[in-house]
Amino acid sequence: MTDATAPTPRTAAPAVAPRVKVAMILFAAFALFPLLAFALDDPFLIVIGTRILAYAIAAMALDLILGYGAMVSFGHAAYLGFGTYAVAILSSYGVTDIFAQTLFAVAISAVFAFVTGAISLRTKGVYFIMITLAFGQMAFFFFISLSAYGGDDGYGLSGRSTVLGSNMLENDTTLYYATLVALIALFVLCHRIVASRFGRVLTGIRENPTRMESIGFPPFRYQLTAFVISGCITAVAGVLLANQAQFVSPAFMSWHRSGELIVMVVLGGIGTLSGAIGGAVAALLLEEVLGMMTEHWRLWFGIFLVLMVLFSPRGLTGLFEQIRGRRE
Amino acid sequence: MSRLDILNLSKSFGALQVTDNVTLTVEPGEVHAIIGPNGAGKTTLVAQLSGQLKPDAGTVALDGRDITRLSMPDRVRAGLARSFQITQVLPSFTVLENVALAVQARKGSSFRFFAPVATEAALNDAAMRVLDGSGLTERADVPARALSHGEHRHLELALALATDPRVLLLDEPLAGVGGAEADAFVDRLRAMKGRMTMLLIEHDMDAVFALADRVSVLVNGAIIATGAPEDVRSDPQVRAAYLGEEEEAPAC
Repeated sequence: MTDATAPTPRTAAPAVAPRVKVAMILFAAFALFPLLAFALDDPFLIVIGTRILAYAIAAMALDLILGYGAMVSFGHAAYLGFGTYAVAILSSYGVTDIFAQTLFAVAISAVFAFVTGAISLRTKGVYFIMITLAFGQMAFFFFISLSAYGGDDGYGLSGRSTVLGSNMLENDTTLYYATLVALIALFVLCHRIVASRFGRVLTGIRENPTRMESIGFPPFRYQLTAFVISGCITAVAGVLLANQAQFVSPAFMSWHRSGELIVMVVLGGIGTLSGAIGGAVAALLLEEVLGMMTEHWRLWFGIFLVLMVLFSPRGLTGLFEQIRGRRE
Repeated sequence: MSRLDILNLSKSFGALQVTDNVTLTVEPGEVHAIIGPNGAGKTTLVAQLSGQLKPDAGTVALDGRDITRLSMPDRVRAGLARSFQITQVLPSFTVLENVALAVQARKGSSFRFFAPVATEAALNDAAMRVLDGSGLTERADVPARALSHGEHRHLELALALATDPRVLLLDEPLAGVGGAEADAFVDRLRAMKGRMTMLLIEHDMDAVFALADRVSVLVNGAIIATGAPEDVRSDPQVRAAYLGEEEEAPAC
């Protein structure tokens, strides 16, 4: 039975490397994208691009708990909302610095995620989905009734956030690149987290919570921590979205928006991070392109989604890896 | 060496008494087998000892410390681990990752978010030492879902051992393992004797009589006899209830 002479196997994790490569290709494409906008002389493309990058951050944050932690949060738009309203509320008090606004957004989101997560995690499966939806709706209706900031009409911002006193973000291209930098930094953060001790515990709980308990891990505290981290990262996306739109409204936090985030993650392939980024790009581009062709674009988008789920359950990532595997 | 004291443990599911006032001491270093017919409440008993299920009454103590109210993870940290009758592994993790995670649970904080865990030598080395003893060294890089049933059983045991238990609860470790593989598994368990206290639940009577220092017989949730294997085997009450009159005792 005992075989002490056997070689110690490699212990690196090569399984994640190709997906990092995918992310790097996506980031390179994002970095070059403004050139296309200039070449086509269509500055609106930059605005769409910024929106896509911000949603990519939110989708990636959701993937951290949905893909790695098997926690399907149907209320994640609430954190987008906290991010956007943090910008609106602080700038109405004269605090326009984006770091201060982000800190505020993250703090509010951490508290909300901690409290609602602690309650939601007492449930599982469909009940978890429903209870996160309910908390998301509570946040939604709170901002609907916040008449000082326009209620459900929303609230226009007088300008974009400042960066250490500079109003450089007023330039659309600068905001685009700032959003890209945030996306890359947060991708690195998420990537480190999933490959860390904490990430391994989180993934283990997804795989088999009973086994995790029987080797000494209480799932709740790890799941809750991941839930809070995810909410905080999503809030950063909200801060960037408010700057992109220069307008905030409860529409950012409606349950449709939470559903769209889930669609992005599933479309890209859950539990891959890079897939969520690709999923956000694909979903929002399809929305733009189909929206130009027909007002019934949601129908065609729905058909596309059904086909994807049927033929590539692992989303774009699965499709991509299949094609590459066939070529090799 | 640690002892496990079970005192007046009781559990009912509705009208069905699944654990009926069980009192039992597993002495330090012994292998104590619990046998009994299907439905006797063996797995339910293990579930209560491991913290998966709360008893209605009674206490469980590890080295004199009352652990009845501890959760399963807290009991594992206190030194009481278990293996499952139905293999519980992390299917998409490799064999090494499975065991390294069990090592991680007792080595340092798991609230570390930045350093890559895959290259932590302390975890991997400790995991490899456990795998060496399980004959799974060659399979360390294989995802757990790709293992054969016999290998799954070895991994199941390795995961419990990786928590470094002082008392180990083995719920049918040989489930589904037959022939020469079963003999090898019994050898593996025998090699563990004396290193920790073990409570063994097993259907395979050859294995029970080969391994156990003492045997308790559980029928309808109650212990009807406890003693040395030979004494239990010849107990007429036990023969009537469980072993069956016609069964010939295997030669040991």
